[in-house]
Amino acid sequence: MFETLQAFLSSFLFEWLAILVTLVIQAVAVVLPIMLVVAWLTYAERKVIGYMQVRMGPNRVGYFGLLQPIADAIKLMNKEVIFPDQANKFLFIIAPVLAIAPAVAAWAVIPFAEGMVVSDINAGVLYILAVSSILVYGVIIAGWASNSKYAFLGAMRGAAQKISYEIAMGFALVTVLMIAGSMNLTDIVNGQQGGMLNWYLLPLLPMFFVYFISGLAETNRTPFDVVEGEAEIVAGFHVDYSGMTFGVFMLAEYAMMILISFMTSIMFLGGWLSPFEGIPYLEAAFSWVPQLGWLAFKVSFLLFVFLWLRATFPRYRYDQLMRLGWKVLIPVTILWVFVVGIMKYFDFGPWFN
Amino acid sequence: MVRFLKHQIKTWGLIDLFRGLRVTGKYLFKRKITVRYPEEKTPISPRFRGHHALRRYENGEERCIACKLCEAVCPANAITIESEEREDGSRRTTQYDIDMFKCIYCGFCEEACPVDAVVETRVFEYAYEERGPHIMTKDKLLEFGDKHEAQIAADRAVDAKYR
Amino acid sequence: MTFELFIFYLLTAVATVSGLMMITIKNPVKAALWLILAFIATAGVWIMAQAEFLGLVLILVYVGALMVLFLFVVMMLDVNISVLKEGFTQYLPLGVMASIAIFSMMYLVVGPEHFGIDVTGEPVSNSENYNNTKSIAIPLYTTHAYAFVLAAVLLLLGIVAAISLTLRRRPTTEVLYQNIDKQVKTLATDRFRLVKMASVVEKAIPSKKEDEK
Repeated sequence: MFETLQAFLSSFLFEWLAILVTLVIQAVAVVLPIMLVVAWLTYAERKVIGYMQVRMGPNRVGYFGLLQPIADAIKLMNKEVIFPDQANKFLFIIAPVLAIAPAVAAWAVIPFAEGMVVSDINAGVLYILAVSSILVYGVIIAGWASNSKYAFLGAMRGAAQKISYEIAMGFALVTVLMIAGSMNLTDIVNGQQGGMLNWYLLPLLPMFFVYFISGLAETNRTPFDVVEGEAEIVAGFHVDYSGMTFGVFMLAEYAMMILISFMTSIMFLGGWLSPFEGIPYLEAAFSWVPQLGWLAFKVSFLLFVFLWLRATFPRYRYDQLMRLGWKVLIPVTILWVFVVGIMKYFDFGPWFN
Repeated sequence: MVRFLKHQIKTWGLIDLFRGLRVTGKYLFKRKITVRYPEEKTPISPRFRGHHALRRYENGEERCIACKLCEAVCPANAITIESEEREDGSRRTTQYDIDMFKCIYCGFCEEACPVDAVVETRVFEYAYEERGPHIMTKDKLLEFGDKHEAQIAADRAVDAKYR
Repeated sequence: MTFELFIFYLLTAVATVSGLMMITIKNPVKAALWLILAFIATAGVWIMAQAEFLGLVLILVYVGALMVLFLFVVMMLDVNISVLKEGFTQYLPLGVMASIAIFSMMYLVVGPEHFGIDVTGEPVSNSENYNNTKSIAIPLYTTHAYAFVLAAVLLLLGIVAAISLTLRRRPTTEVLYQNIDKQVKTLATDRFRLVKMASVVEKAIPSKKEDEK
């Protein structure tokens, strides 16, 4: 699709300009919908949590409060950006940028449907891991540049937490790679073809939970949001941020949430594959649903679980959080690497062929 | 041993987590109890303590006799009273101010009043955009009382047997 | 100049400048941040040289984990820069000699006569389906398997050593530790017991007894 665009553009532009323009168009085509989803995800979060607390949630702006995110965006943009005294101004400004850049860059390799991907690289999973590991710098630099004790404590907590859970996350991905035999996300999805039983969810059920839990920790969502911990350190790393600089942190957090949901559904829930594949009547009945539709369905369910968890669980204490990461999740993942190795050796089930 | 196994099953089966999720999942579909305020309002008790008013007798004579009990009892010192003899020889107030910013709506003034002159009404939807209007003078309070007399009288009648 | 070449020069320029900034800047936190930028630019250069696995691992391991810990430590240190700069002129000759020695050794090994297309030959351009990860993994797990395992054991040894060096258990009379395993394993029945009993009318009021004492 974009090759033809590039060819068309290079017919009357410099070649490098054509490449640049195509890249920008590709980026906008992916990032814009994501940002819109982010906006209404904040609305969904408030609504879902409100409903679980027997409240209505936002219902003033627009029909059912649907225009709330737009009102919030306008409010944030009009607010003054305050620089704390003695803060390192350059780093203070660059921190939200560093937070959102990886959260957006990671979308380059996410396939939305068969062939619908910006860059179908071989090391897709590794790319996602590498890019999301840069995400922590937004938090650290924000905490340090604010020149505030609270922000600094939040940043320290965030750094330790993210590094700890990244290991568990990486090992969970290793098991997926062992089954799929590829780091290309499209290949991983295609390896799960042939009905719900062939999804990697079943042989990797513990890894599914481990990945999702570490995903919660990576995105600083409750019950792992000690980085913000409003009861103890006010708002953690972004206490001193106001206006749109704060808004950008929020955008990054929600974009990462969506990314984790996408990764989970691609690697464990069969991505864009229909769950009714191979079932005689249902497969035909649901053949009208596009691939993107199934993926969106799975992703929105996982996002709902994100919100559901937030409405349900209290925050982990910091030492309990570290124990969960190092003493529970990492041993489980290492154990499961061996289990998958044994399963692979004996060609167990329909997953290894 | 049994306890160990029980604990292991509970931990690795994420039993507690799912139990918690079930609770919130159930509440998701419960009827919402939010009152959409400007459109919907909760019922108000006849004892509600809102905006103040000064009442009159049925013949139009103001009730207040400037005994200053309300001024004395007011814990926030919100009430200021000056009194003088009127031409007919009765004791009346020349100034009766309530500072609505100071008032804490405790209702002591109403209870202290021997003639049921100062009362607190059900009206609570009022606001001031600047300083000045928040000082409720005698004229304003009387006017307010005249406006809401029917409601005030009804509320007092309902509550009368408990006093 | 092609687009690729432009990106290559951009990345190398960023890498060089940030490397220089890293060693010249005074604030240790900023130095660490410049080092991170140098790492990222280098990873970009590696990816351009079709070593995407190594490039991404460089970001993942060095930028994503190592430098975070580094920053973690550096940020918490209260470094007094003026003390560090004391005796700068005194150590300068030694430092210059050491740097000249290192530079000349590096020049002898990786000097320009050892590089260039006439020495190494044209770089092999691989097809689009060439799997970088596999071509690293296969020699690693076959021909170099023992060395690989040995390296892994060494790393493990390093972890164990680091932990045993820093682990300090103080007696519970000094510091109270929380035993999370024990906390997690408690059941509700350990904390309280519901007892069924008939209602009892107390004869004497217990508080009165206390008053008499």
